[in-house]
Amino acid sequence: MSSDYEFSDEDAEYYDEDEDMEAQDDEDSAISDDEMDADAFKDDLIVDSSRGKRKVYEVDFESMSQDAVQALIKKDVDHISSIFGIDSGAASLLLRHMNWNKEKLIEKYMDNPTSLNIAAGVTVAPPPTPSPTVTSPIRSQASSSTARAKSPSVTTKRTTRRTAAEQAAKSKSPVIAPEPPKELGPFVCPICFDDTQTITLALPCGDQFCESCWKIFITSKIRDEGDHCIRCMATDCSLIAPDSFVQSTLSDDHATFERYEELIVRHFVSCNSNLKFCPYPSCTHTVSCPSAASKSSLATIVPTVYCGASATHRFCFGCPIDGDHRPVICSVAKLWLKKCQDDSETANWIKSNTKECSKCQSTIEKNGGCNHMTCKKCKYEFCWVCMGPWTEHGTAWYSCNRYDDKSGVEARDAQARSRASLERYLHYYNRWANHEQSAKLSVDLYAKTEKKMEEMQITSDLTWIEVQFAKKAVDEVEKCRMTLKWTYAMAYYLAKGNEKEMFEDNQRDLERAVEDLSELLESPIEPETIPTLRQKMTDKTVYVQKRNEILLEDTAKGYLDGRWAWDVTVDGL
Amino acid sequence: MGSISARRLAKEYKELNSDECPVGIKLLQADDFETWIIAIEVLGETLYKDEKFALKFRFDPQYPISSPAVQFVVDEKYQAPLHPHVYSNGHICASILGEGWSPVLSVPAVCVTLQSMLASCKKKERPEGNDRYVRFAPDNPKKTKFMYDDDTV
Ligand SMILES: [Zn+2]
Ligand SMILES: [Zn+2]
Ligand SMILES: [Zn+2]
Ligand SMILES: [Zn+2]
Ligand SMILES: [Zn+2]
Ligand SMILES: [Zn+2]
Repeated sequence: MSSDYEFSDEDAEYYDEDEDMEAQDDEDSAISDDEMDADAFKDDLIVDSSRGKRKVYEVDFESMSQDAVQALIKKDVDHISSIFGIDSGAASLLLRHMNWNKEKLIEKYMDNPTSLNIAAGVTVAPPPTPSPTVTSPIRSQASSSTARAKSPSVTTKRTTRRTAAEQAAKSKSPVIAPEPPKELGPFVCPICFDDTQTITLALPCGDQFCESCWKIFITSKIRDEGDHCIRCMATDCSLIAPDSFVQSTLSDDHATFERYEELIVRHFVSCNSNLKFCPYPSCTHTVSCPSAASKSSLATIVPTVYCGASATHRFCFGCPIDGDHRPVICSVAKLWLKKCQDDSETANWIKSNTKECSKCQSTIEKNGGCNHMTCKKCKYEFCWVCMGPWTEHGTAWYSCNRYDDKSGVEARDAQARSRASLERYLHYYNRWANHEQSAKLSVDLYAKTEKKMEEMQITSDLTWIEVQFAKKAVDEVEKCRMTLKWTYAMAYYLAKGNEKEMFEDNQRDLERAVEDLSELLESPIEPETIPTLRQKMTDKTVYVQKRNEILLEDTAKGYLDGRWAWDVTVDGL
Repeated sequence: MGSISARRLAKEYKELNSDECPVGIKLLQADDFETWIIAIEVLGETLYKDEKFALKFRFDPQYPISSPAVQFVVDEKYQAPLHPHVYSNGHICASILGEGWSPVLSVPAVCVTLQSMLASCKKKERPEGNDRYVRFAPDNPKKTKFMYDDDTV
């Protein structure tokens, strides 16, 4: 992907590319959509980003409430029911059966409505073979017990769902099902055998059961199994209860019916690649993000979205990772998580919160997010991540983030090579895990900061609003630690070269800025220095924000320009 | 709910102890409405001629709305039948015990279904991946999501 750019001045190349694409635009109209799909998509993105509505590392998306999705569903159901002239219950079952693919449903329905209605559980199947097979006891009992309620044709119904009980019955076994109710006695429900039940219900198949059994059955399907396809309770029947039946049976249990509606919404959303259900527990919002719907789009964008319920419900539209994994694209992020999982034992020791001081060997515990550590005993100042002296971290030539690959080059035998590759992995994993850990410790940082803010209000004449700068700083640090965390996953897989070095420069600058601000947050408060602290912290927060923006913007542009070369074969690239 | 399950099981208990009890099926132990042990034999000329097995049924309060947990007993006295749908720990891959369950089915109905599953067997062998399954299998077979490759059981 990047080979095009290796021999030329980069900026000039970008302009050329843009012009090329604009020129292509005019020709596009003459070419079929399929052929130009990939390029057209790239065009879209470039046009979009130049609009300036959103940043290049952001995607357009829209949050939808459950009601809004239900309105979409209703539109589809109404459409189908009007063109086929069927009731909305049947239309809904047909759509669910076809995974909400309207076009395919229409095509199939036109072709053979009977077989589709049977497959979708809307109507019962006619007898498959006219051959006079031995009728199983189950069937004859079932039909005789309910014959009163059925049309004559229904008594010979037969579906494809057969049980071995039925087949066994053919070999003349005696009774295999609960005893049938007597033909002439009062109705006895074949499930509960409670003859005091007076209200019975049946789907169009006529298989009658008492209302109480239906209620328990439907509730159990919805609540325990999370299933919205509620099949008739008879053994050989594949009819599915339409919405109206479920609703009227659950008339006194609105909560369960609401859950049923949510299950249908979830099914609809899962069948539509433009939509994704918010993964946060008990949230019922949906996010619509058509620009990230295709797999190919995920090679160039990281679709971080959040739902309308809360901006903290942040997730990736393109993969199952909860939260924001920018700047690294989904396929690489997944690759990295898989590697971490496979190597979890090797790397576990790193996650521990205690280390030994390399000078005096006393145990040091990390309890804040800042990586600048000072040994309580010998006052040695060092970096928590690389254990190197802290004094070197401020100087321009020192980089804690970059992996020094010398040992890998020198490695001659297999053993040395495998050790070098483990060391390389640990370098990135160490930093990745550290940012994750530090971000987690930010909960403490929040509490500490809040206390400080109260202190400041007392010791200075600042108002509550005016002390919010500390909270903003904490938010920014946490956000940028997430970015930094994923930059290590990205750097691990980036192929060596100029581009990677530039990426690591941005990474280093952001990391330094974050560590600086982090340290400032942990500094003690003296009443007389509060105004200076406030100024300093506000400035640094703005700077951190800017560094984060630069990094995200540059990586996002790099994807669009095909600038990133990977060390591995990445799925979809 | 509990009352439905008790009423149903009381009725099935009576049936299993009467002359309506299917041939080759015998209730061995039913001290409560939670666990029953039932002896099962396959009659006629089959691969399991003269073999005796035992089935363990476990019922939850939602029975018969929810299916019973059914497995072959494996102990000093009994072995699981050698069958392509029966794992050596006694777990059974049969759709009527999972997705195909209907609350109209009953203990005798399940027994007869399993009899016929054994009777129609053409080759005595364990399911593919038996060892791996048995190593990681949950205690309760209902927690396993089986794939039903054969819709006759
Ligand atoms: Zn009933
Ligand atoms: Zn039915
Ligand atoms: Zn949400
Ligand atoms: Zn993703
Ligand atoms: Zn020390
Ligand atoms: Zn360091």
